[in-house]
Amino acid sequence: MKTIFSRPRAMTETITHYCPGCTHGTAHRLVAEVIDELGLRESTVGVAPVGCSVLLYNYMDTDMHQAAHGRAPAVATGIKRTRPNLTVYTYQGDGDLASIGMAEIIHAANRGEKITVVFINNAIYGMTGGQMAPTTMPGQRTTTSPAGRDVDNVGYPIRVAELLSTLRTPSYVVRGSLHTPHNIIEAKKAIRQAFQYQVDGTCFSFVELLSICPTNWGITPVKSNEWLEKNMLPYYPLGVYKTPEEN
Amino acid sequence: MEREVTFAGFGGQGVMTVGKFLAQGAMNKGMEVAWVPSYGPEMRGGTAYCTVVIADEPVGSPIVRNPETAVVMNRPSLDKFGPEVKPGGCLIINSSLIDVTTDRQDILVVTVPCNQISMEVTGTGRSANIAALGAYAGAVPVVDFASIEDVVKTKFAKKPKVLEDNMAILQKGYEIGRSAREAWDAGKGA
Amino acid sequence: MSKILMKGAEAVGEAAIRAGCISYFCYPITPQSEVAEYLSKRLPEVGGTFVQAESEVAASQMVYGAAGAGVRIMTTSSSPGISLMTEGISYIAGAELPAVFVNIVRGGPGLGGILPSQADYFQATKGGGHGDYRFLAIAPASVQEMVEWVMRAFPLAEKYRNPVMVVGDGLLAQMMEPVDFGCVEPTPQIDVESWATTGCKDRPANLINSLFLDPLKLEEFNWKLKAKYEAMEAEIAYEEYKMDDCEMFVVAYGTTSRVVRTAINALREEGYKIGMFRPITIFPFPQKAMRAYGENPRVKSVAVVEMSNGQMLEDVKWAVLEKKPVEFFARNGGIVPNPHETMEFLRKSYEKHGGTK
Repeated sequence: MKTIFSRPRAMTETITHYCPGCTHGTAHRLVAEVIDELGLRESTVGVAPVGCSVLLYNYMDTDMHQAAHGRAPAVATGIKRTRPNLTVYTYQGDGDLASIGMAEIIHAANRGEKITVVFINNAIYGMTGGQMAPTTMPGQRTTTSPAGRDVDNVGYPIRVAELLSTLRTPSYVVRGSLHTPHNIIEAKKAIRQAFQYQVDGTCFSFVELLSICPTNWGITPVKSNEWLEKNMLPYYPLGVYKTPEEN
Repeated sequence: MEREVTFAGFGGQGVMTVGKFLAQGAMNKGMEVAWVPSYGPEMRGGTAYCTVVIADEPVGSPIVRNPETAVVMNRPSLDKFGPEVKPGGCLIINSSLIDVTTDRQDILVVTVPCNQISMEVTGTGRSANIAALGAYAGAVPVVDFASIEDVVKTKFAKKPKVLEDNMAILQKGYEIGRSAREAWDAGKGA
Repeated sequence: MSKILMKGAEAVGEAAIRAGCISYFCYPITPQSEVAEYLSKRLPEVGGTFVQAESEVAASQMVYGAAGAGVRIMTTSSSPGISLMTEGISYIAGAELPAVFVNIVRGGPGLGGILPSQADYFQATKGGGHGDYRFLAIAPASVQEMVEWVMRAFPLAEKYRNPVMVVGDGLLAQMMEPVDFGCVEPTPQIDVESWATTGCKDRPANLINSLFLDPLKLEEFNWKLKAKYEAMEAEIAYEEYKMDDCEMFVVAYGTTSRVVRTAINALREEGYKIGMFRPITIFPFPQKAMRAYGENPRVKSVAVVEMSNGQMLEDVKWAVLEKKPVEFFARNGGIVPNPHETMEFLRKSYEKHGGTK
């Protein structure tokens, strides 16, 4: 019998703690598949964030480093700069990366750190229980914006891929989504390209992935995918924002 | 034995540098030294001073309230450090930039036209600090003059013309300092 | 080896390189930016890594990453910067990683000043950040001692898998003194393969982590840390100066101890039998040795001189258990006490408690 589908070698057999319908598991798997395909498992260090994916280190069978909230790009810098032969990536949510860790992500990108960042944008704080994120959509209700995000009061959602693509330093910046099988396939291609750039020593690479949070959005997974498509896609257009070749 | 000298002037007058030269010269002779700078937000133009403590045992307090000697390169430094000099000590005044002196009778006062000496040799006042260092070495012979000369030689080794000029300036300052010391000692003996 | 006349801050940088630390992440802050300036020039010469971070927060997290990767790592800062680095220090203590921090203390609180101070004693000796952690805190008193302790700090950090902090002040960083780098023999780094993120080739994956969601496990870990911090008492270091016949002893550390030494030398000539007990490790504090002096019937009183409003004073009082009166003198805000005022205080304290001459 031929095995046509199995757990990636870079993942452990641990069952994840994620809520039903959550796309973190999908994103984890894509990263692990890419690590396997590029033969990087034994030379990879993953940097886990604070947020729902804080326990990423339990699911990945590679060396892992759990970072403080928002600081993963700085931790990754410390690892990559002192052991440049390792492949170092961070995996961060939108509260972690786009709020408390904004300085770290921008400066890591601007220094051109040869690391890869996987950024999960689900427009909300998950682990702390559904508070407003910097990426929360205008009018979106959260536990700290009960009347809906008021852009006059708190501003508009931050488009991180666009922001990073304005930096002069060469980098690879792309936004994908995890709400349809087709988009998942495209997302994997982007992750693979991002890791490839790192392996080649080319540039900083950044993959934003639009994701759903059915639990904190308060709707079913199917409805969540529809909500993402209807509300997030127009505001967060998919595509490649920057390639190192452009420079 | 513990001897202290404070070099003071405008930032940019090179008082920190000559303090380092002196400390280096003392260290090369096997003495214990500490070079203690004032430090602050001013990079240029503010007041700057450093104190060099030279001793035969490891230097205790690097903070000195009353130094044995003060070398003052501008008027604010004279006002600040002139009264602080220990009785029996020495005050070296850059008379090129300071048109007053002190009325203290209990210390050796040496007036040295530092900028003028530098100007005469190099055409600029840039090496006024070296003249002051020379005057100190002559008036307060704590560190062998030859050792200080060696430091200056090492620092300017790659620039023969600059070295030659600075050695001349150092020497002129030294002679002024030494004659003042001799006159002071003779006066005390009399 | 011959001596080099060197500024304290630059000597700290060179000492790190001599100790085998060739990576440095930093953020400039007065009065120790010269460490960064020096290393930005020197590290490329030795094939090392220099990164000027976007903040002290980030610098401390880069240190966390590098420490996790198992390389010798140091950063340096001054008081407000150390506050920001405290996040990283807490994580490094929580993940049990070796790393060296140097705090060139300046006056506070807030932005404070830029001149020498000892106002960060609590922060250095009582943990400083969140969580129940401690680290070896060492207070040298000269540029030479700073060099020696920075070099020793790396193997100590590795021995305990814990941060080590060298606590200086603006004076020690800014002054130049002769240094001899040959005084401390560099030690080889410990084997890190069993825990560091070096890539999981031919071994199970390693994890650098400080998260324990199970309170029983976290409590067990807290006990483990407590035992480790107690074991650090083996590293206690202090200097006794003219303690043999003293009727009063002064407790002072770092820069202040130099002023006290000068004052004592002068007072000894006047017949005052005063000695000095100088803690070199301020955590762990040399409590037992100090207590023994406190219990000595010859000793009539104790004096504390420091550049803070009585932070070490609390540890001294605890050490002598109120068996002897403890007098206190401080200058603060960036002012180093001068020998003259220190002598006045010591004379008064000595006579007040019946010291003989």
